[in-house]
Amino acid sequence: MSYSKRWHKVLALLTILLVLAACGSEAATTAPATSAPATGGDATAAPATASGKLEVFSWWTTGGEAAGLAALTDIFKTTDPNVEFVNSAVAGGAGSDAKAVLKTRMLGGDPPDLFQVHMGHELIDTWVVPGQMEPLDDLYTSEGWDKSFPQGVLDIVSHDGHYWSVPANIHRANVLWYNKKVFTDNGLTAPATFAEFFTVAEALQAKGITPLALGDSGSWAAGHLFETVLLGTLGAEAYEGLWTGTTPWTDPKVTEALENFKKMLTFVNTDHGALSWDQANDLVIQGKAGMTIMGDWVDADNLAKKFTDSGAVASPGTAGIYDALSDTFGIPKGAKNPDAARAFLKLVGSQQGQDAFNPVKGSIPARIDAGQGNYTEYLKSAMAEWKTATIVPSVVHGAAAKEGWATAYIDAVAGFVANQDVAKTQSQFQQACVDAGICK
Amino acid sequence: MESASETVATRTSPARPRRRFNPDRLIAIAMIIPSIVAIAVFVYGFIGWTGFISLTKWADLLPDYRWNGLENYRRLFMDDERFQQSLLNNALFTVFFIGACLGLGLLLAVVLDRKLRAEGLFRTIFLFPMAVSFIVTGVVWRWILNPGTANQAQGVNLLFDQMGLGFLKWDWFLDNQWGILAVVLAAVWQMAGYTMAMFLAGLRAIPDDLREAARVDGATEGQVLWHITLPLLKPIVVSTVIILGHISLKIFDLTSAMKVGGAAKPGDVPGFYMYETTFRGNYFARGAAIAIIMLVFVATLIIPYLISTFRAEAEA
Repeated sequence: MSYSKRWHKVLALLTILLVLAACGSEAATTAPATSAPATGGDATAAPATASGKLEVFSWWTTGGEAAGLAALTDIFKTTDPNVEFVNSAVAGGAGSDAKAVLKTRMLGGDPPDLFQVHMGHELIDTWVVPGQMEPLDDLYTSEGWDKSFPQGVLDIVSHDGHYWSVPANIHRANVLWYNKKVFTDNGLTAPATFAEFFTVAEALQAKGITPLALGDSGSWAAGHLFETVLLGTLGAEAYEGLWTGTTPWTDPKVTEALENFKKMLTFVNTDHGALSWDQANDLVIQGKAGMTIMGDWVDADNLAKKFTDSGAVASPGTAGIYDALSDTFGIPKGAKNPDAARAFLKLVGSQQGQDAFNPVKGSIPARIDAGQGNYTEYLKSAMAEWKTATIVPSVVHGAAAKEGWATAYIDAVAGFVANQDVAKTQSQFQQACVDAGICK
Repeated sequence: MESASETVATRTSPARPRRRFNPDRLIAIAMIIPSIVAIAVFVYGFIGWTGFISLTKWADLLPDYRWNGLENYRRLFMDDERFQQSLLNNALFTVFFIGACLGLGLLLAVVLDRKLRAEGLFRTIFLFPMAVSFIVTGVVWRWILNPGTANQAQGVNLLFDQMGLGFLKWDWFLDNQWGILAVVLAAVWQMAGYTMAMFLAGLRAIPDDLREAARVDGATEGQVLWHITLPLLKPIVVSTVIILGHISLKIFDLTSAMKVGGAAKPGDVPGFYMYETTFRGNYFARGAAIAIIMLVFVATLIIPYLISTFRAEAEA
C-alpha cells in the first residue's frame, strides 16, 4: 500500500517539477520566427474597396486614447463598410505590456494586420532593421504624405530610403503642468529655469503644498522626468548627442543634470512610488501639489476630469524645444489583410482622420495642414509652437534609442531615485551606452 | 519484489517472447508514448533550448546564435546589480514567507484540532483566500497597504492614525530595505490557510492512542505537542516547504500586481527581471540565463526530496 502511495507522491512532485520547468522555459517558446511569405507589395492589384477582417493592435484601452481610436474606426466604417474591424488592444501605460504581447505574436508567426509603434528607434531598431515591416512608399506617394508631414517627422519614420509607418499624432514630453489657482494664491509665476523652479518649489513647500507631484509606480515616469531634466540642463543639441554618440555620458553636464534631478526629488510627494502619472496629476488638480512634469496627455486627463485651472509651460530650461514622440501605425510582414491595412492607414494619415483622432486623444496632428476641429486651448498653442520649435526625440517613449538601451536607461534612473548616487548612476548610463554599441 | 520473481520466472520460461509482447504491455506502452514525446519536446526540449539560448549573444529581436559561453551568467552574478538585488529580495521573501506560513498554519491547525465548535466554518474561512488568484490578492493588498503621504495617510496607515496607533505607520511596499515584507504579508494571507489544511490533515492522521499513551504516562499537553505531535508532522512540513518553496522561488504575479517589481524596487524578483529584460529590453539571452538560474534553484529544492523518497522506497 505505502509502496504505491509513495509512487503517487513522487509522480505528483514530478508533475510539479514539470510545470515549473514549463514556466521556466517560457522565454524559449518564442522560437525563431518562421517569416511568413511577404504578402504586401501587391497594393496595385488591390480592389477598389478592401474587405475581410482587419486586426489592429494597440495599447489604447482607456480614456482619450480609446475614444480617439473609436473616432477613427467610426469613420472607417463609412469609408470601408466591407471590412470588419477587430480591435486587439492590450492595456498598460506606455504600451509596456502590449509590446511584450506583440513580440511573442510576431516571433510566433501570428502578426496582426497593423500595429501601433512609437516613431524612431523603437520602430526602426526593433522592427525595420530585422526585416519585419512592409515599406509604405506607395502610400506616401499616392497620398502626397511626403509633402504633408514635416521633414523632421519624415526623417524619423524612414530608414534606408523607405517609409515604414504612418504617424497619427505628435505628443510633447517636456511640459510642466501647474495649478493656476495655487500659483496665484501664493503669488507665484510658472518657472522657466531650474533656479526659478527651485525658488517656486521652496515657496510651495513653506506653505505645506507638495511642490512637484510624481507618480513613478511605473519606473518609466521617473525616466521621463529625468529626460526633461537632461534636456533642460544640456540643451537640445547636446541632449540629442547623448543618443548619437556625439555627447559623452561622462560629460560634467550630465553630472549637473543628476544633481538638479537629485534636488528636484527632495520636492516630490513621499508616496510617488505608489502612484501612477494620472494619480500624481490628481494631486495637482486637488491643489495638494503645485506642479507635475509629464507629457501633454495630461491635457486629455484634465479635460476628462473637468479641471480647467491648469497651466502649462515648457519644463525648466526647455523653452523652444519640443521633446517629441509619436504614435504611428505600420504593417508587419505576413499581415493577413494588407489591403484593408492600407485602407486604414490612408485614413490615419489623412487630414480628416488626424483631425478626428487628435482632439479626442489630446495630441496634435502630425500633418502640417491639419488642425481644424475641437482642439483645446493647450493643443492650439502646442500646434503653434510645433511649427517653430527645435524637435528632439524622447528616449522613454521610444524615439531616441533602441529598446534595450531605453530599458537600461530607465533602470538606472529608477536606481538613482532609490540611492541618489550620482557617480554610480552616471557610470551605469555610460555602460548602457556602450552596451547599445554607440559609445566605446 | 514481485517484479523480481517475475523476471526469474520469465528467464526459465520458454514462453518468454510471448510474455514480452503481451497485449497489455503493448497497450500500456502505446498509451504512454504520446505524453513521453510531448514532455520530451515541450518540457525537456525547451529547457535544453533555453539553456542553449542562455549561452548565445541573442540581445535583439531576432535570434543571434553566436556563442557567448558563460558570459551572460558571469555578467549577471558579477556586474548586474539589479539581478543580485532581485536574488536577495527573493531570498528574503522565501525565508519570511515559508516561516510565517508554517508558523501561522501550525498555530491555526493546532487550535482547530481542539474539537472546536463550528470548526468547519473556520476551516473554510481560513482556506478561502487560496481560492483567489495572486493577481487579485496583489491588487487588493496594494490598495490596503498604500501608505499615502505623511499628512495624508491611506489604507492601513489611516486606520492606525484613527486608532491612535500612528507610531505603527510604515511605508509598506515603498520601503527600500524591507518593502518585500509587505509582499510577504499578502502572500501569507493567501497561503497560510492552505498550510493549515495540510497540518490539520497531518494532525488527524496521528493515531489518538499515541497521544493517549503519553498522557497516561503523565506528559503535559505541551510535552505531547513537542515530543509526539511535531515529530510525527515532519513529513507534512517537508511537503509544505517544497510546495511553498517553489511558489516563492518563482513568484511573479503577486509582485507584478502589487507593482513592486522593477529596478531598485523592493519587490523586484528574478522572475520579474526576466520578463522585463526579455520582452521589454529584447535581451533574450540574458532572460534565458535568468530562467535557467531560477530552474536550478527550484531543482535544488525538489531533487533532494525526490532522491530521498526513492531511497526510502528502495529500502522498503
